[in-house]
Amino acid sequence: MAKLLTTEQMAEFANSGCLFFDELIDEQTNKEFLDDIGHTEIDEVDSVQDYYRNIKATSSIPRIPAGTKLKDAYPKGSPLEKIFAHEVVDGAIKSLVGSNTIIDHQFLHITFPTKYFKQANQRQMSQQNHQDSTIDPRSTFDVQLFYFPTEVTKAMGGTRYHPGTHLRIVNEFGIAKYQNILGQKSIVCKPGTIGIFHSGLWHGAGVNFSENIRYMFKVRLQPTEKQELLWDPEKKYQPLPNRALYWTDESKDKTINDILMRSYPWQEADTNRLDKINVVKFWRLLTGHKKMDVDYWLTRIENELY
Amino acid sequence: MAKRQKVLVLYLKLPSLEGEVISWATFDGTGKKLHMTGDSDEPPYPTGLDALLDGWRLFQASQAIPEHPGQEFRTSYLKHEFFFEKLEEGDF
Repeated sequence: MAKLLTTEQMAEFANSGCLFFDELIDEQTNKEFLDDIGHTEIDEVDSVQDYYRNIKATSSIPRIPAGTKLKDAYPKGSPLEKIFAHEVVDGAIKSLVGSNTIIDHQFLHITFPTKYFKQANQRQMSQQNHQDSTIDPRSTFDVQLFYFPTEVTKAMGGTRYHPGTHLRIVNEFGIAKYQNILGQKSIVCKPGTIGIFHSGLWHGAGVNFSENIRYMFKVRLQPTEKQELLWDPEKKYQPLPNRALYWTDESKDKTINDILMRSYPWQEADTNRLDKINVVKFWRLLTGHKKMDVDYWLTRIENELY
Repeated sequence: MAKRQKVLVLYLKLPSLEGEVISWATFDGTGKKLHMTGDSDEPPYPTGLDALLDGWRLFQASQAIPEHPGQEFRTSYLKHEFFFEKLEEGDF
């Protein structure tokens, strides 16, 4: 039975553009996935191309035409079929992109360690920041699900990401010039961790300075239905009433609105306010409450009397 | 002695050099250090002004461009971009 996301998790996703489920997939399934792709030590790898060729030739990861339904995508009993059937993964997907989601694309990202680059006499560089996969002005959003079958240590780099950037509309590697962004994070995790990104979240692959190969299996999923209250089929969510602004009451408990209005250190003083407005607009779409507001950001400027 | 350019790009919280650094990039034409994406979590200076005080010369700053009518709430690239340089002499 799918375990749908909570309203707090949805608010976290609306604000940060990402959710993580640490060590969610069991050890046996992680092992099956690694065995299936023929995981080996870096000394056994002659070239990136040969390694990929071998995985494509022998693993159970199918070629999936874009637009295929997720439920029809993976062979029964395969590690990936088990991962997507996990009640938490299934529930998160249903909450964000619905029950009839389709696959845009999938890829097994492999980041090779320093030893490989030395052997190949190549410069080892991290991947620049980017937003997948082209300029995307929709209100509809896709998600990218990441699966980490092994531990990812700090030395392994991890997937770098920038919480709260998902609603900034840019053109793919147009953000590559930002080498470092205040508040940047890297996914350092235990085996079996699942991450889910809003398709607009800025990210890039970190450089792998460890001795081991790093894997990240990614699937981009598209909705085929309106993404309104998918996590709350009984429509229990109700917006909170207005609260005092600036001259605030700190004794009040934190609410969903505090999650929605969280700021990030990389936001400009001026544009930060637009970022908040865009989170409120996003929350209106997710909840179906077309006039709801948080901290008066939209009510203030929707009060047009002429 | 040859001259080489080092470029520092700072993105600030404000359109003023007094603004705090929120993003940064360094390109070292001397070849002494290879900078890359994600190589530091702490900014090289607290503000743009601090870079000037350390000898970096400002050579380009982003313009203030009014938001397009109807697109006032669309957010995109980082706004307050400042390019600095230092010239270094040496045998490269």
